[in-house]
Amino acid sequence: MSLGKLAERLLHLVPVLLGVSVIVFLMMALTPGDPVDIMIGDQNVTPEQEQAMREDLGLDLPVHRQFFVFLGNAVQGDFGTSFYHRRPVLDVIVERLPATIELSLVALIIALVTAIPLGVLAAIRRNSILDKMATVGSLLGVSLPGFWFGILLLMLFAVHLQLLPVSGRIGFDSEIEPITHFLLIDTLLRGRPDAFWDAFKHILLPAITLGLPMTAILMRVTRTSMLEVMRQDYIVFAEAKGLKRGRILFRHALKNALIPTVSVAAIETGSLLGGNMIVETVFGWPGLGRLVVESVFLRNYPLVQAAVLFYAVTYVLLNFIADILYTTLNPRVKL
Amino acid sequence: MSRNENLLEVDGLRTVFDTSEGVVRAVDGVDVTVRRGECLGVVGESGSGKSVTFSSVMGLVRSPGRIESGAIRFEGQDLTRLSTREMRAIRGRDISMTMQDALTALNPALTVGEQLSEMLDAHDDDLPARGAARRRAIRDKSVEMLRLVGIPSPDSRLGQYPHEFSGGMRQRIMIAIALAPGPKLLIADEPTTALDVTIQAQVLELISDIRARLGMSVVLITHDLGVVAEHCDRVMVMYAGQVVEEGSTVDVISNPQHPYTRGLLGSIPRLSLRGKPIRPIQGQVPNLVGLPPQCRFYSRCPERTDACLQSVEMRSVGPDRRARCIALTQEEVA
Repeated sequence: MSLGKLAERLLHLVPVLLGVSVIVFLMMALTPGDPVDIMIGDQNVTPEQEQAMREDLGLDLPVHRQFFVFLGNAVQGDFGTSFYHRRPVLDVIVERLPATIELSLVALIIALVTAIPLGVLAAIRRNSILDKMATVGSLLGVSLPGFWFGILLLMLFAVHLQLLPVSGRIGFDSEIEPITHFLLIDTLLRGRPDAFWDAFKHILLPAITLGLPMTAILMRVTRTSMLEVMRQDYIVFAEAKGLKRGRILFRHALKNALIPTVSVAAIETGSLLGGNMIVETVFGWPGLGRLVVESVFLRNYPLVQAAVLFYAVTYVLLNFIADILYTTLNPRVKL
Repeated sequence: MSRNENLLEVDGLRTVFDTSEGVVRAVDGVDVTVRRGECLGVVGESGSGKSVTFSSVMGLVRSPGRIESGAIRFEGQDLTRLSTREMRAIRGRDISMTMQDALTALNPALTVGEQLSEMLDAHDDDLPARGAARRRAIRDKSVEMLRLVGIPSPDSRLGQYPHEFSGGMRQRIMIAIALAPGPKLLIADEPTTALDVTIQAQVLELISDIRARLGMSVVLITHDLGVVAEHCDRVMVMYAGQVVEEGSTVDVISNPQHPYTRGLLGSIPRLSLRGKPIRPIQGQVPNLVGLPPQCRFYSRCPERTDACLQSVEMRSVGPDRRARCIALTQEEVA
């Protein structure tokens, strides 16, 4: 793909982001509940102090002016001040981001390494017990609500068996000086395998919960496309060539069957971010998802706006990556 | 081991497909002989069992299909008794196959070079055992094979994908792959059906040419008697899962014994018969589920009599010449 095409695709981002920012802004502005009231709570505040707070936060302006102020600042990387934290929104988000990205990546890896082999196995042993179990399992996987499945895992592994911790990213004893802010990497860089193990135990349940629906979907996609590919003439021809079964399955069949799987995986990674809000709340994971949930309750407009914009950018970028991967894997398609 | 004149001998092959409507007898008691160095033409309509017969020889019949009975002897060895691993060593190395449509038979996601070299890697014993020398030898041989089938500047085209070649070129590449390990028998399943007429002739010339050069046997599966007349030493006509006539190409075409063969020859348009209508065979191939034990061509045969309502065996009607028609025997006996 040429650089020009790449730039053109990136330019498509602009209208999408503008649209998202309008919607996000209106949603927050039209939601009942006043942030200043919430911040004041039961404290005794004079009307003058309340008015000063409003002016300070820019909430005294008409709604459309508030939007343009927001947009103008956002373009310059200034998403305003978090009402609650009293710090720049961007700082707060960047602080929480590594936890969320780490969780999402681990969930993605778990999904890929379980879904693809299972999908292939279900396809080549079509209608076997294993295939049927995988079908039922994937149906459960997409239909079980994350909060319920997460709590179930917690009750079993953390409460009853006490094998894994209940919440957080890492135990108090294992805290280390951050380098990349990805704990699984930092603990190893600092030469603390014990801390790595601790961080791993913390991330396991939330990552499984988060990755479950994706695993189910990817398994179905892999199985279906593998079945489709195995019926093709080029597989018969590969057999006629007297090639080993492993080579036929993994080189001839899987390379073609993975084309849809990889595209779906890239797009579904976007939905991992959405799933993060629930999973992070259930497992007390200090990431962006939980921050957004808290901020919604606190009517912390600037933070929610910035976070949703971030989700939108990521989603569009992932779609973009899906397209690139599709063309890389499929030599017949040129973008 | 005695060097038998016959390379391949198929005896009483029955290949069936279990379907929800019943057992489809796609190949019903077929005998085939392929001699060393000869080209055997196999002719029949779609559904006559010609492709399934040779899929069975290759051991490529998949569920719900299965070989019910019969022996397939290749150089005296019964292929139906071989293990999967032993059969895999014979496929490609000793018996190779090309398919009807090279566009679908070549893997769209792998380069032509990879699809050619993996064949050599799997079967060519003359290559260095391993390492860079082996890779170089495989590459040289791949280039040589592409040159043999007439691909221009083969060196630079190894890295290309099948969709970057024309239809005729793809067919040549498939032939190059099939021939790379130097097989003793090539089964060419409708090698020209998917091609333009001008390219058809080139591809058939290529196969004949290489056959002569490498001294291998070729089975040419086709529904075109014209192709057979030009390229085959002997011909076998199949109808509804059975062989109905076989013999040398000259004999069968100049003096067809079975009404079906006559029908096939009558449906070819010919310049010498200009002005006369083409006489297509009326009706359709019968459903292969639960066939009654009578001549299978009965419902379409212009020469049928009540005597045809019994099962008919192949009869010898001359040296190296057999046909399956009740009328023949009666004439012979009388």
